[in-house]
Amino acid sequence: MTKQDDDTIRGGLKRRSFLQFGAIAPFGATALLAARAQAQTPTVPAAAADMPLVLRVNGQSHSFVADVRTTLLDALRDKIGLTGSKKGCDHGQCGACTVHVDGRRVLGCLTLAISVQGKEVTTIEGLAAQDGTLHPMQTAFIEHDAFQCGYCTSGQIMSAVALVQEGHAESDDDIREYMSGNLCRCAAYPNIVAAVSQAKTQMQRT
Amino acid sequence: MRPFSYQQSTDPSQAVQAGMAGDAASAGTTAYLAGGTSLLDLMKLDVLRPQNLIDINPLHATHGEITVSATGLRLGALARMADIADNADVLRDYPVVAQSLQLAASAQLRNMASIGGNLLQRTRCSYYRDTSYAACNKRIPGSGCAAMDGVNRIHAVLGVTDKCIASYPGDFAQAMIALDGQVELLGPNGKRSIPFAQLHLQAAVSPEVETTLRPGELIIALTIPAGPHTARSGYIKVRDRQSYAFAIASAAVALDIGADGIVRDARIGLGGIHYAPYRATAAEAVLRGRALDDASATEAATAALQGAVTHGHNDYKPELARRTLIRALIHVRDMPVAGAN
Repeated sequence: MTKQDDDTIRGGLKRRSFLQFGAIAPFGATALLAARAQAQTPTVPAAAADMPLVLRVNGQSHSFVADVRTTLLDALRDKIGLTGSKKGCDHGQCGACTVHVDGRRVLGCLTLAISVQGKEVTTIEGLAAQDGTLHPMQTAFIEHDAFQCGYCTSGQIMSAVALVQEGHAESDDDIREYMSGNLCRCAAYPNIVAAVSQAKTQMQRT
Repeated sequence: MRPFSYQQSTDPSQAVQAGMAGDAASAGTTAYLAGGTSLLDLMKLDVLRPQNLIDINPLHATHGEITVSATGLRLGALARMADIADNADVLRDYPVVAQSLQLAASAQLRNMASIGGNLLQRTRCSYYRDTSYAACNKRIPGSGCAAMDGVNRIHAVLGVTDKCIASYPGDFAQAMIALDGQVELLGPNGKRSIPFAQLHLQAAVSPEVETTLRPGELIIALTIPAGPHTARSGYIKVRDRQSYAFAIASAAVALDIGADGIVRDARIGLGGIHYAPYRATAAEAVLRGRALDDASATEAATAALQGAVTHGHNDYKPELARRTLIRALIHVRDMPVAGAN
C-alpha cells in the first residue's frame, strides 16, 4: 500500500484531517477527567512548557516543538506526520508501535522522544529503497497475505526485520518465540511466520 | 501522564547529585529513567507520579558491561536484558541467568530494559495498576487490599500479610537470589554493596516500601560469584500462554552434583508465588548431601512451599509451584554440562 492510498479517502478528503476533525467530539469527557485528577493531587507542578526537539528519522532531521512527556510514537505520528507506526495499547503490550532506534527494535510508546535525540530512528516509512522498491520483508508479507486488517502490520514488519538481523530466525519455533511481542488480533500468525521465513532467506542472500 | 522535569546524566555521581537535588525540591519524587518499560507504563497509568526524571541511559557507555571472569559474572546496571540473554559466556557458564532473561517479556522490551531496572519492576497486581480501585496499601498506605477478596489468581502465597498479597513478577531476580548475587549501589555518601537478597523487603509488612534503597541511591552494577554449581543451572517458567507472559510459577535451579550422584550444593529461587524474590533455603537443605531423585525432589518442593497461604483463585499455586520445582530439579540434574561428571 502506498502512502497516497493510505492517506486519501474517496473524494479527496485526507484520512488524517478527517480523524483530527472527528477527535473534537469527546472533548468534554477529557476536560472532566483532567479536573478530577487535579482535585486528587494539589501538588501537580506547573505544566512543562513546550520545548524544541530534533529527531533523526529515516535519514532526515525533523525539528518540532513538543511537551517533554511526548513519546517517540506520538512524536512520529502527531509531530512529524509519519503515521505508519500504530498506537495499539500504548503500554508496551502489543508491539504495534515497534520501530528501530540505532538498529534495535524498541517500542515507540514506552520511549520518550526527548531521550532519543541524536539517535537514528527507522520507521516502516523508511524501509523501502529510495526508488520505492519494497523491502523483502514487505514483499513477503504481501505474498503470504500475512495480515487481514493491517493495523499491527507495520510493527510486525519492523520487528521481523530486526529479528532476522539478530539471527534469531533459525526455525519456525524461533520466529514464533521472538515475534511474540507483536500481537495480531486477526490471528494471521501462520502467514506471518511463513513471510518471515521467506524474507529471511532473501535478506541473507543480499 | 503528569508533567515532570527531565535531565540526562552522563556520570553516575552527577546522576545521584541531580537525584538528591530533585528530591529536596519535590519531597522525594525523583526517579531514575533507564529502559522506561516499567516507569513510563506506570506513569501513564498514574500509579507512579515522579516530578523529576533523571535519564541515566547515557551511562550505558560506561556501565553496560557484561563480563565473565574467574571470579564471576559482572553486569553493568545499564546492560540490556537482550544483550545478557544472548551473551555466549553467560549462556555457557550461567545458563539460568540467560534463560531467565530470554523467557521474560518480549524481544522489544528486552532490547530496552536495563538489568538494574529489571530487578526493581513492580507487581502486576491489577488493583495496584488500576487507580480506580481505592484500596491498595502499596499505592495508598492504610487504604486496604482489594485483591484479598478480589480476583487474585496471579497473587502470592508466600511472604504475604493481611496488608498485601501482591506477587513479585520478575524472572532474573530468582536467578540472582539463587546464585548469591550482589548489588553495587552509589549514593550521596558513596558506594556500598549489598546481597541481592537484602534489596527487597521479604514480607508485605509495609507494602508501600519495597526495597532497602536509600534516598538517591542508584544501582550501578550486579555481580554473581563463580562456583561449581553455575554451569549446571536452568530456569523453568510456567505461564498462561507459551510466550510473553509473567510467570504464574517458575524455578531457578543450580546444582553441584558429585561423581557419586550426591548433591554437594543446591541453589533454588522460585518465582510467581512470593511477595519478593524468594530463595527456597529449606528446599536446598533437604537436597544437600543426598541423591537427587523423585523422592528427594518432592520432599524439597514440599519444604519450599511450607506455610503457603492462598486466597481462593490462587489455591492452585502451591501445587503448581511444587511441580514446577520438581520438574526443574530433574531437568537440571539431567542436562548435559561440558566438562562435568
